Amino acid sequence: MQNNSQGAPAVSRRRRSLSIASASLAARIGMIVVLIYLLVALFAPFLAPFGEAQVASSIPYAPPDGTFLLGTDQLGRDQFSRLIYGARNSMGIALATTLISFTVGGLVGVISAVLGGWVDQLISRLVDVIMAIPQLIFALILLSIAGSSIPNLILIIALLDSTRVFRVSRSVAMNVAAMEFIEAAHLRGERLPWIIRREVLPNIMPTLVAEFGLRFCFAFLTISALSFLGLGIQPPTADWGSMVREASALIAYGNLTLFIPAGAIAVLTISVNLIVDWFLDKASGLRNGQ
Amino acid sequence: MASDTGHLLEIRGLRIEGESDGQWSTLLHGVDLTLRRGEVLGLVGESGAGKSTLGLAALGHIRPGCRITGGSVRFDGIDLLALPESDRLKLRGSRISYVAQSAAASFNPAHALLPQTVETAVQHRLMPLQTARQVAVAQYRRLQLPKPDTIGTRYPHQVSGGQLQRVMTAMAMHCGPDLIVFDEPTTALDVTTQVEVLAAIREAVEARGTAAIYITHDLAVVAQMAHRIMVMRHGSLVEEAPTSAILAAPQEEYTRSLWAVRELVKPDQPSAAAPLMTIEGLDFSYGRNGAKALEGITLTIPRGRTLAVVGESGSGKSTLGRVIAGLNVPTAGRITLDGQSLPPALRLRSRDLRRRIQLVHQSADTALNPRQTVAELIARPLELFHRLRGRATAARVNELLDMIELGPRYADRLPSELSGGQKQRVNIARGLAAGPELMICDEVTSALDQLVQEGILRMLLDLQAQLGISYFFITHDISTVRAIADEVVVMNRGRIVESGPRAEVLSPPHHPYTELLLGSTPEMRPDWLTDVLAARKAGQQAES
Amino acid sequence: MHPLIRTILQRLALGGIALFAVSVVVFSALEFLPGDFATSVLGRNATPETVEAFRDELGLNLPPAERYLGWIGGVLRGDLGHSFAGRAFTPRAVSDIVLPRLANTLFLAAITAAIAVPVALLLGLMAALYRNTRFDRIVNAATLSTVAMPEFLVAYLVILVLAVKLPAFYAMSTLSPGMDLTEKLQAVALPVLTLSLVIIAHMMRMTRAAIIGVLASPYIEMARLKGVRPWRVILRHALPNALAPIVNVIAFSLAYLVVGVVVTEVVFVYPGIGQTMVDAVRNRDIPVVQACTLIFAATYILLNLLADIISIATSPRLLHAK
Repeated sequence: MQNNSQGAPAVSRRRRSLSIASASLAARIGMIVVLIYLLVALFAPFLAPFGEAQVASSIPYAPPDGTFLLGTDQLGRDQFSRLIYGARNSMGIALATTLISFTVGGLVGVISAVLGGWVDQLISRLVDVIMAIPQLIFALILLSIAGSSIPNLILIIALLDSTRVFRVSRSVAMNVAAMEFIEAAHLRGERLPWIIRREVLPNIMPTLVAEFGLRFCFAFLTISALSFLGLGIQPPTADWGSMVREASALIAYGNLTLFIPAGAIAVLTISVNLIVDWFLDKASGLRNGQ
Repeated sequence: MASDTGHLLEIRGLRIEGESDGQWSTLLHGVDLTLRRGEVLGLVGESGAGKSTLGLAALGHIRPGCRITGGSVRFDGIDLLALPESDRLKLRGSRISYVAQSAAASFNPAHALLPQTVETAVQHRLMPLQTARQVAVAQYRRLQLPKPDTIGTRYPHQVSGGQLQRVMTAMAMHCGPDLIVFDEPTTALDVTTQVEVLAAIREAVEARGTAAIYITHDLAVVAQMAHRIMVMRHGSLVEEAPTSAILAAPQEEYTRSLWAVRELVKPDQPSAAAPLMTIEGLDFSYGRNGAKALEGITLTIPRGRTLAVVGESGSGKSTLGRVIAGLNVPTAGRITLDGQSLPPALRLRSRDLRRRIQLVHQSADTALNPRQTVAELIARPLELFHRLRGRATAARVNELLDMIELGPRYADRLPSELSGGQKQRVNIARGLAAGPELMICDEVTSALDQLVQEGILRMLLDLQAQLGISYFFITHDISTVRAIADEVVVMNRGRIVESGPRAEVLSPPHHPYTELLLGSTPEMRPDWLTDVLAARKAGQQAES
Repeated sequence: MHPLIRTILQRLALGGIALFAVSVVVFSALEFLPGDFATSVLGRNATPETVEAFRDELGLNLPPAERYLGWIGGVLRGDLGHSFAGRAFTPRAVSDIVLPRLANTLFLAAITAAIAVPVALLLGLMAALYRNTRFDRIVNAATLSTVAMPEFLVAYLVILVLAVKLPAFYAMSTLSPGMDLTEKLQAVALPVLTLSLVIIAHMMRMTRAAIIGVLASPYIEMARLKGVRPWRVILRHALPNALAPIVNVIAFSLAYLVVGVVVTEVVFVYPGIGQTMVDAVRNRDIPVVQACTLIFAATYILLNLLADIISIATSPRLLHAK
């Protein structure tokens, strides 16, 4: 019924918008990897042959064999089981952090952009000050005061990261807020929540979704770095950053165990980046109506 | 290599394709073009006709993302497409040069004007630096630039748009080229500035006997400049003939449609007794101590009729529209709607008042939320102002879609799936959905092609006849005024200089500014510019 | 006043405010410590008198504003207080701990910058010029992966290749007082390589984007249509306008170095300020953490300020105001 009569495209693009079928090979690989990671994280207790902190062998640093697929660590715990639980802990903590930073930073950013005026100025200057200190350094000083615990870690990184989210969501929302359809909504007498929900959010969603991926990677890498420094997730909780640190002394003897957790981190962040790249490409095409 | 035909430029069967989103589409379908020495050829067409692509091909240049799939371009017997890029560079700027549409964007912001003007001559060692500078100053003078000796030391952002366009012409003429391609050089300018630039360009081109390709969408402009005109559409030639022949007797229906708006004249109607809106002594300034953007505005908007507000950029016409809409709060004066005093600020206006006055923005691209369908866009005012729900809304949306001549099958489309004209119709339908008594139309047709403009203007006239809406129609274009206005207000620098019924304002005697504005609007006859310049010269002599 | 000078003064003032705000944040670190920290610093058998004397020395009994003035005055004179570590015996001045380490870190950072900045700019420029060629795609994929990797992975890969598989360098970068420059350079080779890889990846991507942005401008097309030769288009028409973005890219990368150095120093056991800070955080040695944070933050702010001022000073709109 939708025939092309007046030079306009006939097919509605919304229906074929972001299907996985249109993904590039790189993006598909990324998606498969992320899916596997998620499944491992979800079903960790069923997949791991040993417990997270269970001392399964009397031999520390045992080489891989049929029982201990990746050998044991300095305490005789099964490396393979710790790797699986590490997926759950590392990803779960990073995800919780990103969710909080997005809820806070995203919401405040959009409201600040739409409201404008002194509220916007005040929040923006405050964020400028927080962002004047490098994030890792700020995290270190806060951790030195509050001490390392998982809730502290999540809250501190989320707080610092929310300033980045604030900047991004504010700037994209400002671009939308300057559009005439926002003025048209004001002219109709629409209220702020309606304007944000119906006029602003749908237009900045693609950017925010992409940013979520990037922020997740960033939080994930920051927390891994902190754990690697011994200041993040504390033993006996298994996580990949600490596992790298624990295995790092062995590299001088040619033992490459540390590359397993370190590689696991890199594969996840690269995969997420590949998906984000494809998504941004796609979203900008949709925006331009192509 | 000598040319065997004696033609300066010969383009044969040129095919160019462009890529967008991985898809190649044809921009030029095998176009032929021939140009003799000293001849000025006009290239006319609407957006997407491929005229810029053809103009750039005359320099042997194709934009990134485009490719040539056939044909040849011969300049003075040289096959430009077969030439190595380094040899093409030697021709560009010296024998073939280019004048771009936006001078402001096409001059490098990091360098002063004079070094940019002489760059080609000095780099290609055509003149010593001193000579090159003297030649440039002479060109500035020829193009009637103010302070020709020192204007070259200024930076692009320090010079006005009209002057910058003339500096760019001076730059193009600097090496005494055989051919200049002018790509819409006056489109971004106001009409009064346009006349000066057109006159300067024509004089400079005639004096040197330079051949030129003059690209524009405005047939009246090109008629002043060109000996011969090619009309293009969708990458193909529609018609080609000497200028006077094209204007007097166009062979193709499409050519005639290029001045469609000019042929549209609203019949005279007596105005109804009581006006819909009156404005008295209205002042407005941006900021607390800003200069007055509007001063002493007094006017009445007739009921069921159109008041057109005409003026150049910076005249305050859009600002006035925004004051009426409630977006700008005036510093003095009062507005009444239907005899009742209208609160100045939007937040003080009741929902019903907001319903009765609707603003339609110029650009549908930014006025329509790209994430909402046509139905969602039109339905919102129905829900908000008329409390319609569900099926009633859908039925009314379909009615409105019929009124704007699109039909219900467009209901599910997103704005990006519509053409420019269709988008503007949806934009208008959203205004109509509120059921307004006054619709403020801010340049709603000015970004569109002639035929599309004409369609929308006719639709607005029909809607007015059916629904009795009043229009406050903001425009800079005199033919649009003729097409739609009953009453006219002429604005300049925040003040009303003349107002009254259309026939009165548009016929003499005029206020001097109205005179200038009307006199600067190109007419569809080849002698118009000559006559205007002669008349002005006579006027100046009479004064002195 | 000339608008250029006015804008620069504005930025300087903003930088000053940022530094002040940072100092307040750092200063408040002591404020938020749990009440019993004195005991944990001084040890279980500290008498109430020594605890009180300690609190007095820190000025915890004074009003905060007065204490801040005293503290910031000390900082400006180079007196950063005393370390908590080994507090019960002989307190060491923070400056004695931090300053020699700072010199080591600056040495590492300076060599990294000297290598990474030119390489990254060159690669970025080439990727922009040969956009969408195989070269561009390979560089793009390589840098995307590097950007997404944790720094310690890059560091250990460097160690694996250059210290374990080909034992050309030591995996640990220890500096000792008697080393001459060649020995020092050899000692820092691997950390420098690690930091360079990470920074080049970031910087190259940003340079590429900046240049591509400028090359898409109408005045670049105009220059080509005027017959300007390609190298001149780049040097005279693109570069002056790409200067501001490139300066910002450099500043961003150097600021990034400030953070990257922490992890890298720990991996290579390099005696720099990053390592010092990590140890201090672990021991909750607040005065040392404060000093390190101040140094990192001040460097970061000053670098960004410098970049800001350079890009303002090269803007034709401000240089040649109407």
